[in-house]
Amino acid sequence: MNAKALCLILLPLPALSQGFAGLGTEAEGFAVPERGAEFDFPTDHGAHPEYRIEWWYLTATLRGEDGTEYGIQWTLFRSAQAPELPDLWGTEQVWMGHVGLTTPDHHFVAERLARGGTGQAGVDAEPFVAWIDDWEMRGLPGGTDAYDRLNLTARGAEFGYTLTLEAQGPLIFHGDAGYSVKSAQGQASYYYSQPFYQVAGTLALPDGDVAVTGQGWLDREWSSQPLSETQDGWDWISLSFVDGARLMGFRLRDRAGPDFTSGTWITPDGNAEALPDGAMTFTPLDNTDVAGRNVPTRWQIDLPRQNLSVTLDALNPEAWMATSFPYWEGPVSISGTHGGRGYLEMTGY
Amino acid sequence: MIGLGALLSHWRRRPGQLAALVMGLMLATALWSAVQAINAEARTAYDRAAALLDSQNLARLARPDNGPIPVADYVALRRQGYLVSPVIEARHDGLTLLGVDPLTAPPGVIPPDILGGATDFQELSGDTALVFISSETSAPTLNTATSAALPPDTGLADIATVAALSGQRDPSYLIVAAQQPASLPPIAGTLGLELRSAETAADLGELTGSFHLNLTAFGLLSFGVGLFIAHSAIGLAVEQRRQVIRTMRALGVPLRQVVVLMAGELLAIATIAGILGIALGYMIAAVLLPGVAGTLRGLYGAPVSGELGFDPIWAAWALLITLIGAAIAGAGALWRVARMPILAPALPRAWAMRHGRVLRWQAILGAAAILSAAGLAAFGQGLILAFSAIAALLLGAAVLLPPTLTAVLSLINPLARAPFGQWALADTRQQVPGLSLALMALLLALAANIGVSTMVGSFRDTFVTWIEQRLGSELYVFAEGDPDALRSFLEPRADAVLPVIGLERTVLGEASRVRALADHATYRDGWPLLDAVPDAWDQLYAGQAAFVNEQLQIRAGLSIGDRLPVAPGLDLLVAAIYADYGNPLGEVILGEAIFAATYPDIAPFGFAVRIDPAGVPELINALRAYGQSDRAISDQAAQRELSIQIFDRTFQITAALSALTLGVAGLAMLIAFLTLAQMRLPQVAPLWAMGETKNRLARGEVIRALILAALTFALALPVGLVLAWMLLNLVNTQAFGWRLPMVLYPGDWLQLAALAFLASGLAALWPALRLARLAPARLLQVFAHER
Repeated sequence: MNAKALCLILLPLPALSQGFAGLGTEAEGFAVPERGAEFDFPTDHGAHPEYRIEWWYLTATLRGEDGTEYGIQWTLFRSAQAPELPDLWGTEQVWMGHVGLTTPDHHFVAERLARGGTGQAGVDAEPFVAWIDDWEMRGLPGGTDAYDRLNLTARGAEFGYTLTLEAQGPLIFHGDAGYSVKSAQGQASYYYSQPFYQVAGTLALPDGDVAVTGQGWLDREWSSQPLSETQDGWDWISLSFVDGARLMGFRLRDRAGPDFTSGTWITPDGNAEALPDGAMTFTPLDNTDVAGRNVPTRWQIDLPRQNLSVTLDALNPEAWMATSFPYWEGPVSISGTHGGRGYLEMTGY
Repeated sequence: MIGLGALLSHWRRRPGQLAALVMGLMLATALWSAVQAINAEARTAYDRAAALLDSQNLARLARPDNGPIPVADYVALRRQGYLVSPVIEARHDGLTLLGVDPLTAPPGVIPPDILGGATDFQELSGDTALVFISSETSAPTLNTATSAALPPDTGLADIATVAALSGQRDPSYLIVAAQQPASLPPIAGTLGLELRSAETAADLGELTGSFHLNLTAFGLLSFGVGLFIAHSAIGLAVEQRRQVIRTMRALGVPLRQVVVLMAGELLAIATIAGILGIALGYMIAAVLLPGVAGTLRGLYGAPVSGELGFDPIWAAWALLITLIGAAIAGAGALWRVARMPILAPALPRAWAMRHGRVLRWQAILGAAAILSAAGLAAFGQGLILAFSAIAALLLGAAVLLPPTLTAVLSLINPLARAPFGQWALADTRQQVPGLSLALMALLLALAANIGVSTMVGSFRDTFVTWIEQRLGSELYVFAEGDPDALRSFLEPRADAVLPVIGLERTVLGEASRVRALADHATYRDGWPLLDAVPDAWDQLYAGQAAFVNEQLQIRAGLSIGDRLPVAPGLDLLVAAIYADYGNPLGEVILGEAIFAATYPDIAPFGFAVRIDPAGVPELINALRAYGQSDRAISDQAAQRELSIQIFDRTFQITAALSALTLGVAGLAMLIAFLTLAQMRLPQVAPLWAMGETKNRLARGEVIRALILAALTFALALPVGLVLAWMLLNLVNTQAFGWRLPMVLYPGDWLQLAALAFLASGLAALWPALRLARLAPARLLQVFAHER
């Protein structure tokens, strides 16, 4: 689950709104996720134009040699207006890239858009490469899975990064073996992750290059009808604990009824336990005024079945993604029963 | 209010004078506001054209030959990280279609009322194939929506829409975002594409500025002539109301109230006249605008619509200007009223006598103005100074007119033998002050007419000769497909096939075109060189020298023998300067061989074909069969006709305004004569009493008018010729970039003189007839009245 998808579905956007409107309601002509479907790799690492929305979404919490904490985001998002491949200038498939780089006192953002028929953006499954303009997530030889070893690059007007990612564990399938339910009414998506990356590379900042290392998390999700009509925003977390365990969780805020929560507890050796609605609680502790919105940037997360009660603090509370679909996305530090670092994403505020 | 009634009763008794005042202000407003409306409409169109795709002054990447850029090259640039956005520019049903990509277009490229307005990306980019056009553009075959931000005859659509409509898949050029990602090498030169800064694209506002300045100058002249009329009408009204004012004052109406009442009266009249003038101005502008729009399109490629919008701001300004004008015209008269002794007798003669001093001042002022005009013409640089020189000349000539007329009339007075003739001349001299404003208006109108027609005529003669030299080939064929194939097709069918080839470049900082000429007698014998070294053609074809057009020569300050940096590593001698009328750009001509060596990728746009003129129709048919469309074939005669048509349209508005100004001047004469006729009864009555017949007196009136017209014309002729010289040598050089020889048209002067006589004769005829038919009792009354 992540922001760009839901932003596109839910939030009004001057230029593009009409193009993506109705995604929350109908799936005319598009394929719909089915429970029990088998994944086919490496093909499923590539694009699924027959589904309405899809993304390759990578976050990493990083640390420089001087101990300064950073976070990066790299997302390629595909949105289809029709379940077919476009000709040259057609807009049946539209691509959108977002990159973010968060430091304790800056948050850099860049965005790119492309139509699907020119080759300006796309995803090839084998050999794996996802790209928009010169931003690339490229598979490197040497792993058993195409996602095991990745090279990641992106560049904005005043920042950029080049990172290498090596997976230390298996792919994790959320929900029912990758079939992830998004509402009590049954809207669902295909959703799996690679949460075990060791990351190393260089950040290009206005003051110069910084060598960094850290941990990365890749999300893959596609669907045609992922949200209920009354869900108008969500809070999503991906946490990596010091002991090697991982937690993915999200809360979909519903204006017509109770919020819907879901998540996955991941053990250090890569076993996944799906967390049903209500297993986790999300409690905002502190808000920040950013870009004219009031956004919770300090959270209490409770997962009683794992005896987990932690507080999340944003590295930079002003990690606002001022893109076509604005949202908050940035690294957090974890304290409480468990320590560690992670990523927080919030939309609809 | 009694005072008001008394003052207003004057107009009831003299409706002609009221009409004169209203007419003067109305015409002043009309011509001035018409010019303003036309200028404003054109400027709005330029702004819209400039704003489109250019709002951020974004540079473009284009192929040197302006050919389409393969999509693969566009994607390659994006994959290297450059933020470029594709545009397909195509012609469709008379529209210029711009196909843009909203996903990559830098901010500001797509007008905000399209992107982010009621219409959205899907409508722009979906199957609807929506094309945005301006409200005055018609495109019945397309699915259109309107945008206020677009210039006429331009359609903005999604790139997919334009690709589908035009069949062109590859971008015509790429827009380069102002801010590129950090650490990328400069984009210029990438993939053989050239970076064109926004300034390279010719600035419509600058190019057309001179044209509008021309119009504005004419508008001001017309305004001035209109104000002359208003001024003289107000002056006369005050003179004739001296009795009324005196009576009012004697009855106890305070001076302040009289002045306030008269000012209020003037304000009311000016407001009414201003509104009428704005309506008339709007109509004039609506009639003239299509011609102006045609000119601007033809001469500069400026997309100006022929339809006039009504702008309330424009109307408000025009009204304000009228009121200011009326205030200027009436200030002197009100001042006189304010300073008038309470029991002053109403004596027109006293006004005239006081004029003696005025005449001396006028002579001094006029001479000073003429001198400063000469100074400005000799030492001034730039368009504004050129127009200032012209303004000083016209003002000086106008102010010098009364003293000159008075002097000439005094000089020729002894020539009249009969006493009646002597009286008539002396009386004419006495009339000069009363008529001076109308005569000044006539002088200005005549001089402007002579000046403008001489300039336009000279230009046209030169232009027609030039176009015949320049269009030396019988047929011009533009390549629609492969130019080499077209050449192979043409060669066996023609005596010579000469490529038309060139590209746009900035030369010495000036937007210019670099082109090549083949070594052929067509050019060696016919090209219109203004100045050249003796073996210029040999040097050109040897690749040692270049020719430059007069525009580039003047703008870059070049002379024969200078070295011209054409391209990096290519400095050539300037061996010749040629006339290139109607071209806003600078131009450099190279020999064919050195051009091909310098720009190996440039293919010819088309070919000039030399052939026996009798074979032209047959070759045209063969070309049609070959697949050339008619638009891509142009024979010499058609080209020549089109060029002359564009030329004629260019000066249509100038001619129209000049004629209108002359008409206004004629009206001014009529009004002046009419009002003076009333005042002159005391002068005429004694002669009638001495036995002159009314018919003879009336004839005298007409002859007097003709003498004045003749003298005015005699003065207007040299002023007009100096004006023409200034227009040709100062304004044209600055505005268009070329000098022209001055040709004299005595035939036109005779016509104009006849027109001036006719206008003054007719203007004098009416009051003269009234005099001839005047009841003797009215003349007797003059002696009965206490004056």
